[in-house]
Amino acid sequence: MDLKELYQEIILEHGKNPRNLGKFENFNKDAEGYNPLCGDKVHVYLKLNENKEIEDISFEGHGCAISMASASIMTELMKDKKNPEVKEILNDFLGMIKQSPELKSQLIKEDEKTKLMSLSGVKQYPMRVKCATIAWHALAAAMNYKKDENDSEKFI
Amino acid sequence: MSIKDIKKEFPIFNNKIQNNDLVYLDSANSSQKPQVVVDRIYDFYTKEFSNVGRSIHYLAVAATNLYENTRTLVQKYINAKDKNEIVFTKGATEAINLVANTFGQKHLNEGDEILLTELEHHSNYVPWHYLRKSKGVKIKFAEMDENGDITLETIEKNITDKTKIIAITHLSNVTGAILPVKEITKLAHSKNIPVLIDGCQGAPHLKLDMQDLDCDFYAISCHKMYGPTGLGILYAKKKWLEELPPYQGGGGMIREVKKEGITFGELPNKYEAGTMATAQVIAFGESIKFINKIGIENIEKHERELTVYGEEVLRKNNSVKLIGNPKDKGSVLSFTLDGVHPHDIATILDEDGVAIRAGHHCCQILHEKLGLSATARASLGVYNTKDDLDQLNESLNKCKKIFS
Repeated sequence: MDLKELYQEIILEHGKNPRNLGKFENFNKDAEGYNPLCGDKVHVYLKLNENKEIEDISFEGHGCAISMASASIMTELMKDKKNPEVKEILNDFLGMIKQSPELKSQLIKEDEKTKLMSLSGVKQYPMRVKCATIAWHALAAAMNYKKDENDSEKFI
Repeated sequence: MSIKDIKKEFPIFNNKIQNNDLVYLDSANSSQKPQVVVDRIYDFYTKEFSNVGRSIHYLAVAATNLYENTRTLVQKYINAKDKNEIVFTKGATEAINLVANTFGQKHLNEGDEILLTELEHHSNYVPWHYLRKSKGVKIKFAEMDENGDITLETIEKNITDKTKIIAITHLSNVTGAILPVKEITKLAHSKNIPVLIDGCQGAPHLKLDMQDLDCDFYAISCHKMYGPTGLGILYAKKKWLEELPPYQGGGGMIREVKKEGITFGELPNKYEAGTMATAQVIAFGESIKFINKIGIENIEKHERELTVYGEEVLRKNNSVKLIGNPKDKGSVLSFTLDGVHPHDIATILDEDGVAIRAGHHCCQILHEKLGLSATARASLGVYNTKDDLDQLNESLNKCKKIFS
């Protein structure tokens, strides 16, 4: 195990200065992610327009560097994304954190992939996986995605 | 046995953990096990195994004697009046559930009050919570002061003529506060209110005397006392165990079973339904002998010295904020580190072999009061040394460096 892999510069930076932090006024969808193990919470707020496009996204919460950085990177990436794209990216990310060595979705740009892959260090720390995925599960709940019956880390 | 050599008795310290010497600071969660306890489990299963209290063959009789021998050892260790006041359970959690369930069934009615404190572990709140729905009782929480203490006055203030039982921790697993349990019991008894003490953190660190303390119920967790997991103890005054209904039904706890009805067995069998954690009970006898060999007074002295040293070291570290400054503090050092979440602290410390706990420590009521979702906690056992606390501090400085 290597701490440097877990606490990469990108994570430390996003953890310290999270983007899109704080509730905004005209959100129309929201959901809370909760980690009962540590009591950490991430609340995701969305403004979803008629075309099911995320016009605005933010989060509120308290948690470790990993959970804050993950929420920060996720909100940056998801802004202006449409419904099927959101689901594809979400499943790609959760699949990568769970087992896949890389991100496969064509919807994610190279620089965005680098940011997301910085979170892959948690794979070596099973107790910390939930930290990296808490915001993503909250987003899935806010989008009303249902869990795949055969794969709890996949949304349909 | 000298405290200096104690570490040698614990085989876990002979091995490297991820290439590091283990600095184990999580004993409030669970303690490590001395070789004698591990050996006893092995020997029992390999040479002496039988179920207890049922068959009359040689092994069964021998195992029953060993099992009952631990009951006597525990009785003497906590100075209970009668050996039948010792009930084995699957843990301290079950011990508290047993009391909440049976006492609640018999003595609590709508509008009655149960008095707890804000320091309580979930296991001394959740079992009582069920009685809100089933019986319509009210739960009150005596307030913790700014030092993380509960005073006798706060308890007194919260007692009303509706208070039917007081259930409090002996030693807080977060602030380290040692409660004035003897005085609280005296006060409660002057108002005819029984007292349950959650002794999970008290029993491993403090000398116990049930007859002097005079509480009605005392719950013990054996795996925090250098003993095996899956075992707890409920001490209860005989009058309660005789008067309260049985908790679980099954084999071993009955006298006579007929189609028309059932009569229940004598103490302590009445509360020990089904096959018990036999090997664990027998091995726990070795834990008691191990503690007795060192002397609980010596353990307490050693741990108190270390607690004071740990506080000194952490206070000197400007980025560390200690949680709780109670008048009487036992072997728990909870803290936060500026700009670093407790889970990140725990992961980084782990890399140096320093094992601490991070989170709410099953005390969400207390953390809500503190305005924190999580804290980091270093907790001590007999095997800890000043070097362990120096290493803790050094690793905390490493956290600061990573997050600077």
